[in-house]
Amino acid sequence: MNAIDALAILPLIIVAAGALVVMLVISFYRNQTVSALLTIITLVTAIVSLPTAGGVAPHMVGSLLRIDAFALYYIGLILLASLAVTVLSHSYFEKYRMERGEFYILLLLSVLGALVLPATTHFITFFLGLELLSVSLYVMVGYIFTKERALEATIKYLFLAAATSAFLLFGMALIYAYTGSMAFYDVAVVTQIERTPNPLLLAGAALIFVGAGFKLSVVPFHQWTPDIYQGAPAPVTAFLATVSKAAVLAVVLRFVHQAGLLAHPGTFTALAVIAVASMTIGNLLALFQDNIKRILAYSSIAHFGYLFVALLSAGELGLEAATFYLTVYMTAVLGAFGVVSYMTPADREADTVADYRGLFWRRPAIATTFAIMLFSLIGLPLTAGFMGKLLLVSAGIAANQWFLVLWLVLNSAVGLYYYLRIVVAMYTRVDSEQSDESHRPSTPPFALTIGAVLTVLVLIIVLMGVYPEPMLEWIRLITYRQ
Amino acid sequence: MILFWLIALPALGGVFALLAGRRSPEAARWISIAALAAGFALAIPYLGRATETGWLAEFSLPWIPRLGISFHLAMDGLSLLLVLLTYLLGILSVVVSWRSIDRRVGFFHFNMLWILTGTIGVFIATDLFLFFFFWELMVLPMFLVIGIWGHENRNYAAIKFFIFTQASGLLLLVAIVGLAFAHFHTTGVLTFHYDELLGAELTAVAQMWLMLGFFVAFAVKVPAFPFHTWLADAHSEAPTGGSVILAGVLLKTGGYGLIRFVVPLFPEASAAFAPYAMAMGVAGILYGAKLAFAQSDLKRLIAYTSISHMGFILLGVFSWNELALQGSVVQMICHGFSTGALFILAGCLYDRIHTRDLSRMGGFRDQAPRMAALGLFFAMASLGLPGLGNFIGEFLVLVGAFQASVPLTVLATLGVVAAAVYSLWIVQRVFHGTPHSSSRITDLNLREFGALAVLLIGLLWFGLYPKPLLDTADKPLRELRNHASERFERATELRRHGEAVFRIPDPGAQTHPVRRTDAPETHRHSAATIALP
Repeated sequence: MNAIDALAILPLIIVAAGALVVMLVISFYRNQTVSALLTIITLVTAIVSLPTAGGVAPHMVGSLLRIDAFALYYIGLILLASLAVTVLSHSYFEKYRMERGEFYILLLLSVLGALVLPATTHFITFFLGLELLSVSLYVMVGYIFTKERALEATIKYLFLAAATSAFLLFGMALIYAYTGSMAFYDVAVVTQIERTPNPLLLAGAALIFVGAGFKLSVVPFHQWTPDIYQGAPAPVTAFLATVSKAAVLAVVLRFVHQAGLLAHPGTFTALAVIAVASMTIGNLLALFQDNIKRILAYSSIAHFGYLFVALLSAGELGLEAATFYLTVYMTAVLGAFGVVSYMTPADREADTVADYRGLFWRRPAIATTFAIMLFSLIGLPLTAGFMGKLLLVSAGIAANQWFLVLWLVLNSAVGLYYYLRIVVAMYTRVDSEQSDESHRPSTPPFALTIGAVLTVLVLIIVLMGVYPEPMLEWIRLITYRQ
Repeated sequence: MILFWLIALPALGGVFALLAGRRSPEAARWISIAALAAGFALAIPYLGRATETGWLAEFSLPWIPRLGISFHLAMDGLSLLLVLLTYLLGILSVVVSWRSIDRRVGFFHFNMLWILTGTIGVFIATDLFLFFFFWELMVLPMFLVIGIWGHENRNYAAIKFFIFTQASGLLLLVAIVGLAFAHFHTTGVLTFHYDELLGAELTAVAQMWLMLGFFVAFAVKVPAFPFHTWLADAHSEAPTGGSVILAGVLLKTGGYGLIRFVVPLFPEASAAFAPYAMAMGVAGILYGAKLAFAQSDLKRLIAYTSISHMGFILLGVFSWNELALQGSVVQMICHGFSTGALFILAGCLYDRIHTRDLSRMGGFRDQAPRMAALGLFFAMASLGLPGLGNFIGEFLVLVGAFQASVPLTVLATLGVVAAAVYSLWIVQRVFHGTPHSSSRITDLNLREFGALAVLLIGLLWFGLYPKPLLDTADKPLRELRNHASERFERATELRRHGEAVFRIPDPGAQTHPVRRTDAPETHRHSAATIALP
């Protein structure tokens, strides 16, 4: 590894070093605020180092990583989302009397795994990144093991993730057996030469997709999602829903486009079926939920179905739309889970719709924030989700995917109901006897920091909803050279 | 710039009303009125220039150049009339909510003003995506107005309203984007601008499906049978101010969309579809009237009469001739006045007796003579009494439609008879007969009377001297007809002679009115290589 390599992967090095520093500091002085602060410093430094890395981009680090504008965009996105998660976690864990400092080591390691993925051009880094991301997440999901459902969620996640890792490895082995290489580029060369791909190659790609599909929680690999979303602490759920998915989606986008998989009608059909099934099942099942984390889990299944429409709409606009929509989605979901962690008292999660009844009249600011996040997920004007939907529809229509676009539209209409239920609950007035002090949400510790994060998220949502052009232009530039 | 302020004034007024409402509800009300009155005053001078050719005013800013979208506003006489209607009814709806809205006053006015912002935007946006932006913008505040300040069953009504409008709105989005990309595929220019898309060359199949996408969205809003089911719930559960805006202004966005977009953008497809659309209009006229008879809830009854009256607009637009179009525009304005007035009266009654149930009303004529007189007047307007505005609208539509389809016009005329029955029925049930309860009600106060008087004068004016109204609408309608009539009529001729204008499922059936172009479907797999601007 030479100096330029080091510069290119500077953000990754900083995060790795940060994890070590946090670990060392904990062995001398155990304090959750200090750990959180160090994590924040690490993440901010990594963000600041992005232009440095961008200076040498595009750059191949061996055959393992490719640091280009596309990778750096997703790295930046992951770092920013992790920053928000750190602040949320700090406030959230302050309520519990237990050792909490170690959480941040896990968080940083997990972030490191996520950072590897967007730059991956090789199966080795793909697997390493994914495992680093997942193994830390096993522990994070059950970190507050005294909580109801926490252990159940951990065990479920552990078993399923381990099993899908096996699928992933086997798929990689099959592809290696056929092509003799583990680099995406070589695989792409082989797939492009052969008109009808070899069954071995297809089976390998399918198995790899099982692994990725599990992380993205698309149908039929979605069953874990609601249970784990519900069982995990709210900030960890936010991490799962945003960072983990963004990282995997970045690999999928790169792999699918680089390996030219969509040109093969079989692959296209398979992905289209997954998209349609995810949209339909996600939305239909969300209708029957009373738990906000479960609603968001099912809605995330549906949203990744929408994203797949962009993925399937080959071409520049498709990639742009997917990236833009993912950014928008991450912002809204971070905000939504931010509100849930804000509202959560120490004894249980504030995650039923009933917990939010009348919130609009008791705490207008937090309720408005939540509403804006939900509106963005619905795609109402003046929120970023509106522009996201425009891009998805445009990408789909530009590629003539009329069926997928109409299915998407139909599904968004179904999806309205469960988001609106939450909104309706928030403005429904509660009788005075019910709204006594015991029902009144208490202000969480460090409400100011969490409030600041939520404010920033709201600003991003509104800004991208009103004037998305700079963001679009930026995303166009980073996907242009892809 | 003035166009920008037409939108910005109510939007800013809403924000200030929200802020002021925390300290003083009165301030929120006055701010709302001031903002709307200022907008009204800004728009009025354009009336004098309404006969000029082209747009009366334009305003343009780049917005999302990546997709060829700009913040483009423009106004002609047709837009102007509807903008003025919106402001006027907006002011009246604030006035009639003065006492009946007593909690969250600031937030209520914020929502009301943002509905109006969206509506005005719809009437003056000439970028199709911007149009859609405003189209969606009015949904959420209306949802909140119904859901927060509505009557007993408000949540059901609010969610139903939201889902109907949003689902149809998304179809509209797909159709708009589809139109823009179809235009892009043939010309290489990606734009959402109305003037340029007017010349888009579409294949028969594309034209038909895109037209249906637009049509369904507008038909839900109008609302046309069979998309009308949300309306009665939304109307009856909304607070008075909300009902006035909903009936008076929001429904008109659907009619406006039909006139401005559906036929001019897709003349052949509209001509092919015209018999069905007109039949839907007539079905709405008769079915709405029939349902109105069966109601025991006053606001529900008025809501169903709305469906009946709005059917005329559908009938008129798809007849697409001078008289029918003029009639549709007049009908839109006058229906806004008369139905708005009836909802205000229903609101006044509700404030006094706290029920909308007709069986608990009766005999109010002696106790509230002014209310009874005005009730009779607006019921007469609603039934289409000659001398009042609605008569002009319905008469012109019927005369125009007669040229397009005799049987449908005959059926539609039956609706006018039915209107006489249900309108008199309202008067009889509410004001005549023996008083139902011993409690007395007070007559209209000055504020309520003033609001209704404005509408009364308007209806009389439009009924006795409709020329200014017709003149203002004439120029834009003529331009729209210049644009589409030739193609529309040729396609209609073909249809009359039993030839296929084009058959929907068969992409090969491109008969001559549709110019053969490079269809989007021939570009099926080339999309990957397109380089967007």
